[in-house]
Parts: sequence; structure tokens; C-alpha cells
Amino acid sequence: MEFLWLGIMSITWQQCVMYLIGALLIYLAIGRGFEPSLLLPMGFGAILVNLPLSGVLNQTIPGVGETHGIIQWLFETTISSSEALPLLLFIGIGAMIDFGPLLANPKMFLFGGAAQFGIFFTILLASLLGFGLNDSASIGIIGAADGPTSILVSQILHSKYMGAIAVAAYSYMALVPIVQPIAVKLVTTKKERLIRMDYNPKSVTKLTRLIFPVVVTFIAGCIAPQSVALVGFLMFGNLIRECGVLGSLSDTAQNSLANLITLLLGITIAFSMKADVFVKTDTLLIMLLGLFAFVFDTIGGVMFAKLLNLFLKKKINPMVGAAGISAFPMSARVIQKMGIKEDPTNHLLMHAISANVAGQIGSVVAGGVVINIVSQILKNIG
Amino acid sequence: MYWQNVMYSLEIMGKGMLSIFVVILILTGIVVLLTKITNLPSLKKHDDSEE
Repeated sequence: MEFLWLGIMSITWQQCVMYLIGALLIYLAIGRGFEPSLLLPMGFGAILVNLPLSGVLNQTIPGVGETHGIIQWLFETTISSSEALPLLLFIGIGAMIDFGPLLANPKMFLFGGAAQFGIFFTILLASLLGFGLNDSASIGIIGAADGPTSILVSQILHSKYMGAIAVAAYSYMALVPIVQPIAVKLVTTKKERLIRMDYNPKSVTKLTRLIFPVVVTFIAGCIAPQSVALVGFLMFGNLIRECGVLGSLSDTAQNSLANLITLLLGITIAFSMKADVFVKTDTLLIMLLGLFAFVFDTIGGVMFAKLLNLFLKKKINPMVGAAGISAFPMSARVIQKMGIKEDPTNHLLMHAISANVAGQIGSVVAGGVVINIVSQILKNIG
Repeated sequence: MYWQNVMYSLEIMGKGMLSIFVVILILTGIVVLLTKITNLPSLKKHDDSEE
């Protein structure tokens, strides 16, 4: 009967910690509604991969030899060797996004760039705390509030902290309504939050909507070639949406494809949440650095709007700058709510949506740029 | 190695923000141009119909 107890007796305290983390993620997903489509599979996966001699991982069984586990296989084929899952998800995301508000109000593009500042500031801070260059760069990308980009960058740069980075990225994406108002209020006055903005969008022709995804891919690909997989798949999805002749494919990309990949991505990423690599003080540090990146991305967007206001006749409400992160459409909604709270007649939604959509482009470009620069530095060092 | 990484991080910050803004500014310019060019025929049609 001893074999019945073998599993229970071999559970380590680190694995117990992972069961608690798994349970916490499941609670946050179900009880609080925080990014349930990702946090629930990740939480359940964290428990699955940390069971003793778990059959979802490759194991060597005495007398039988090596057996193959499904989660390890999924991870090795769809993330480790090809980055297929996070990339394919971008087709679905691209098909979901309407770039119309941004095309009608193109100056909002600037916030999609400015709100990436926290990424680079956090890379510097992580380096100061002693993380290697590849790990620092991967940790910084959490600030983009873009889960698939965070996973992709940490995988390409071979960061050993991918599990913690994915958990941090998705957790902070879910915490946008809590974190952003605090960060915005820290750096704005009531008078600034009351600034009203006219909304006079230019009309956007179908031709512009069709040319836009191709041009973005071409420009981003030429300047930051490593970003072309990210940007290209995002824009491919968007072209399917806008072309008007692939309605069925657009629906599939927005719903079936995105849902299927999200389902698999969460549980597959749990492979990087094995107790021996996850239960470390570094993980806590990464969670803190992720929060720092996220807050400074928000502050970067706000401060950039304040800088522009020094030169503009028609002032921009600096809160709109905070929507330049990638968490779409949550961030835009948060800014709209904040605006209405200050003045019930001040509607900032369309401006915030434009900045938020620009943040989608900004974050994938930032991901590609970081991969590009870091890989060049590592090549020169090596 | 530690200080070298910190210096590299500063390099990443400078080059990274510059690259992002270059891409964003080019895209902004192209969108402004595209909007103007593709709106021209419709404006012309509108003018013709008013005449």
C-alpha cells in the first residue's frame, strides 16, 4: 500500500506554495472577474504541473522509461520552439480592433509611444537590481500591459522568469481599474483633470482603413525587423476585418481562434510555473518591478500630455495620455470614468479610445524594438 | 559586468524610445497624408454635386 502514499509524501513545501498561488489565481478569475480567460487556466495549470510526478510533464518512470506530458509538449512546440500561440493570438486581437477612432484623430498616435516609457525605466531598474540584460528587458515589457507580447519577448530572449512575467503581465492587465486611477491622480491636479476636449474627427475612408495595416507592417518591419512578427500578425488580423470580403474569417479570428488560443495559452504557460523555478524571492521582485513598469507607463503618457500642453492652444486632458498603454479597452473606459467623476458632462471616451488603440501598436513595436536592441547587444558581448 | 549592464540599459532606453517615436511619427504622418489624399475624391464629388 506504500505506493498510494508515495505521491503525497513527496510533495515539497514549494509545491504547496504553488497550489496556493494556483488557488489564488482561480479565485481572482472567478471571484473577482480579473482576466478570467487567462488567470483561470494559469491557476489550474499551476496546480497540474506541480503535482508530484505529474503526468502532464515528461517523466522518467523506473522500469518504463520516459513518458511524455501534454503540457510540456504544448509548451515546447507552441511556445518554446515557435512562439506560435502568442503570435497567433495577435491575429484575433487585430481582427477585434477598430482603428477608426485613431485614424480619425492621428495625433493620438503619440501617446501610444509615450506610454511605453515605463518599460525602459524598469529595464534600467531591473539591471540596477542585478538581473541580467535579457531578464531585465523581459521584465520591463510587463509595463506594456500586453500579455502575449510579454510572453513572446521573454521567450525569444530566453528569460528564465517567463512564468512570473506572464503572471505579472496578466494580473496587472486585470488591475487596470485599480492601479491607473491612483497613478493618474498622483501626477495630475483637479484643474488638469477637468480639461475639456472637443471631438471633431476627420472622416476615414475605406481605402485608408485598408492601406493602414499594410503600411504599419511595412514601416515597423523596416525600422524594427524583430517586431514584424508581432505587428504583422496584428495587422493581418486587422486587414481581414477591414477588407469587407472575409466576414466569416474575421468572425472566426475574433471569436473561435482567439478563444481557442487563449484557452491553450493559459494552461500551456503554466509549464513555466513549476515550483523549482517559480518559488523564489526573484518572483516577488518581478511582481514589484512589473507594477513599477505599469505605473510608470501610465505616468509617462500623462507627463507627455502635460508636455504637449505647454505648446498647444487647445489643451489635452492629461488623463488621456494614460490610455496609451495596451490594455484595450479597459484603460480607455477607466479614463472615461475618471473624467465623468470629475465633471459629469466631460466625455473623454473617444480620445481615450484613440490613445488606447495607439497603445496596442506602441506596445508591439516596443516589444520588437526591445528584442532587436537587446539581441544586438548580446551578440556584441558574446 | 553589473555596471556594464546598467550602461546597456541606458542605451536600450535611449535607442528604444527613439525608435518607437520614429515609427509613431512616420505612421502619424502617413495617416494624415492618407486621410487627405483619400478624402480628396469624395470632396470633389461633393463640390460637383453642389454645382
